[in-house]
Amino acid sequence: MTDIAFISAGVIGFAILMYVVLDGFDLGVGILFPFAPDEASRNTMINSVAPVWDGNETWLVLGGGGLLVFFPMAYSIALPAFYIPVMAMLFALIFRGVTFEFRHQAHTSTQLWNRSFFWGSVVAAFAQGVLLGALVQGVHVDGVRYAGGMFDWLTPFSVLTGLGVVAGYGLLGATWLIYKTEGKTQAWARNAAVVLGGGTLVAMAAVSVMTPMLRPMIAERWFGGLNILYLAPVPFITGAVFIALFWSIFSKRELLPFLCAIGLFMLGFFGIAVSLYPNIIPPSLTIWDAVAPRSSVMFALVGVAVVLPMVLIYTVYAYSVFHGKASAEGGYAHHEHE
Amino acid sequence: MPPMDAEILARLQFAFTVAFHILFPTLTIGLAAILVFFEAKHLRSGEEVWLRLYKFWVKIFALSFGMGVVSGIVLSYQFGTNWSEWSRITGPVLGPLIGFEVLTAFFLEAGFLGIMLFGWDKVGPRLHFLATCLVAIGTVISAFWILAANSWMQTPQGASFIDGHFVVDDWLAVIFNPSFPWRFLHMTNASFLTAATVVAGVSAYHLLARNNPEIAKRSFSVAMWAVLVLAPLQILIGDFHGLNTLKHQPAKIAAMEGNWVTRSHAPFHLFAIPDQNAQTNHLSIEIPYAASLILTHDPAGVVPGLDEVPLEDQPPVGIVFWAFRVMIVLGFLFFALGLWGAWARWRGRLAEDRHLARFAVAMIPAGFVATVSGWIVTEVGRQPWTVYGVLRTADSVSPTVTASSVATTLVLFLIVYGGLFGAYLYYLLKIIRQGPGALTVRETEKRPEAIRGARPGLIVPSE
Ligand code: HDD
Ligand code: HEM
Ligand code: HEM
Repeated sequence: MTDIAFISAGVIGFAILMYVVLDGFDLGVGILFPFAPDEASRNTMINSVAPVWDGNETWLVLGGGGLLVFFPMAYSIALPAFYIPVMAMLFALIFRGVTFEFRHQAHTSTQLWNRSFFWGSVVAAFAQGVLLGALVQGVHVDGVRYAGGMFDWLTPFSVLTGLGVVAGYGLLGATWLIYKTEGKTQAWARNAAVVLGGGTLVAMAAVSVMTPMLRPMIAERWFGGLNILYLAPVPFITGAVFIALFWSIFSKRELLPFLCAIGLFMLGFFGIAVSLYPNIIPPSLTIWDAVAPRSSVMFALVGVAVVLPMVLIYTVYAYSVFHGKASAEGGYAHHEHE
Repeated sequence: MPPMDAEILARLQFAFTVAFHILFPTLTIGLAAILVFFEAKHLRSGEEVWLRLYKFWVKIFALSFGMGVVSGIVLSYQFGTNWSEWSRITGPVLGPLIGFEVLTAFFLEAGFLGIMLFGWDKVGPRLHFLATCLVAIGTVISAFWILAANSWMQTPQGASFIDGHFVVDDWLAVIFNPSFPWRFLHMTNASFLTAATVVAGVSAYHLLARNNPEIAKRSFSVAMWAVLVLAPLQILIGDFHGLNTLKHQPAKIAAMEGNWVTRSHAPFHLFAIPDQNAQTNHLSIEIPYAASLILTHDPAGVVPGLDEVPLEDQPPVGIVFWAFRVMIVLGFLFFALGLWGAWARWRGRLAEDRHLARFAVAMIPAGFVATVSGWIVTEVGRQPWTVYGVLRTADSVSPTVTASSVATTLVLFLIVYGGLFGAYLYYLLKIIRQGPGALTVRETEKRPEAIRGARPGLIVPSE
């Protein structure tokens, strides 16, 4: 019998990773928004993500929906446990999302929507980081239900991961802008990428040190027995990618910094997966405890196997239609004046 | 058990956020199809009018679609925050249906929306048209899955309740549950009808304001044809839908009819004040035998009454009763609009009849009101169950989420959605007031000018 719980976890992991990378860079663009050199740069920035943000955010729906599909028990424990950060994220995503449509219709209230874009992006990123930290540190479960309070998620660790994700998304956004813009905006994005790369480095280091201290099981996973040999390269690879990131920014490469930033997210993601596995809700609920009945999982997996490759193909196509540099006049401005 | 008020607050919050969300799909599902029509006309005839219409309506579409996306994402997480018990118990059935919606519909819509809005000079006209078609198809697929999920909760089948949750035995039976076909037809047709009426109303406004009437005339004509066909169709589908409900959810029908005792020769109440405590109606005005006639197609037919349902299993009658009447009245007003349009067209005065135009403008909100009323009938009429006859609403709510958290987020939703709706209407009206813009004279003048050689130095090529 193939392990359907493991495959299901893989699907959800993939959806979340796609989400973090894709929506990560457009939330990052929002995080950088108020610091842009001028309004023309801001137009370019928003145009660079306008055609793709909706598709990017759909991965979030797949991640959440996927949890309901494959691990309904985990979904029903995690969301009440993380009620407040989830709601904060939803409200923030509302403000971020409507900006795309409202801002370019606005004449007198552009500033209002600029602010809504910035705060929406920052709060959404921070809330997602908090969710991550809150999950890693563990959730109080009794039987099949959440048994903690409304504020259990709030700890120094979850605040740290929240800040880390803000810096990380900002880095993704800045490196995306290096790739998609030119001239003044690009030069500014390079500086931003250096600052945020530094921030991400500090945050990743801090989280890596603190995570094994959260629970003996995690320390055991990383340092116990032979694991230390298998996992020792992870920090070294991460360090190498950071070096490549800074080198590529300083040597004025355009695509490489973005790829390095994505690489960092993948490594971080791998690190967290190692710490959590085989729990879906640490410290005790495993993927086998929480997996949905076989009839549901098989039905959904067939759908994933058939449809997801097609989704990936046309997503790549949609990105390729908008290849090349974004401009202040393209995108929305174009859509308005024919 | 959670305190009672956490449940009521969660219900209020869900009702508010889902009713807010449905306003936008109602418009976008229908409008996407109309955009396909405009673009097809343009591709075929090359006439500029259709391109103008496309580019005007696509702005309204984009604005509404954005609102649909942000409010929809809220819902998909609210299942877990407010209804965690429901999520765990029904997740094995509803999760995959919603998952399929994401995979087959949301990605399709989102992937091609970018090309539809910003791809004009990046892809050729045929590919652009394909993108419009795929977005339109995506909206209907989305309705398919989410309505399958909702209908299963109304008329569950194909799954057994084992070890505290549902386990599916037969997916086809789950998807094509008894109320699904009618609900799917009724809801998609509601969207088409609503969008057609919005196009008719906005075009009528431009006709009245004499704002590029030559363009408004064309869209008004198309939209009025659509209303003429879709309005009677909606009444017909609604009738079949009701018969289906009679068979599977008799208590809901009893509430819709305000019928307290099972009886033959049941009247239809035009007006009444249902009194749940006294289990009777006050001040009722009735059409004799009409309910029996509608529901059983026989004046002596027996119509179920609420006396067969224990008080604790009865839905709140007043809300269901009145929401149903609002939908019906509007249904017949749509029908009247269609007929009036046909009559004016037959007399050759479709674009000139100013009373008709005013009526069309007044009907712009009607589709939204009817749709939300219809959903209130469906959902409140299902109470006190979330999964009809199996899972109670009281047992669906998140046990650990406190009333104060739900109340806080409810207030925030009221404020945030209220503000956003204001901004949405403001920008919508701004787009509508700008209108589609004048046709460039180029098309009409190009040829005569060339032929006359009016411009100095212009040589007319001879064939
Ligand atoms: C009959 C149609 C219909 C109904 C009953 C619903 N929706 Fe909806 N929804 C759509 C039709 C639709 C759509 C046409 O596909 C939307 C509207 C506009 C849009 O952007 O896509 C959409 C958008 C939309 C999105 C954003 C998709 C994206 O990221 O692109 C989500 C997550 C949901 N919906 C979720 C829900 C949930 C959880 C519902 C029920 C409680 C629900 N919808 C009711
Ligand atoms: C989009 C159109 C819809 C509208 C306007 C709508 C409206 C409502 C309303 C008014 C209620 C509150 C009923 C009450 O508590 O008295 C409700 C409850 C609920 N609906 Fe719907 N609904 C819609 C679609 C759906 C769909 C598609 C689903 C699921 C797939 C769904 C699931 C629920 C659930 C779980 C509740 C909460 C439990 C309850 O109160 O019954 N709804 N909805
Ligand atoms: C006179 C004509 C109509 C009749 C007889 C009718 C009948 C019905 C019935 C019986 C239901 C409840 C089904 C159930 O939950 O069991 C319903 C629901 C609904 N109605 Fe109507 N309806 C009519 C007109 C309209 C119009 C004009 C619209 C919108 C433009 C509309 C939109 C809806 C919607 C959105 C629902 C909820 C979804 C559903 O259950 O299908 N209806 N209708």
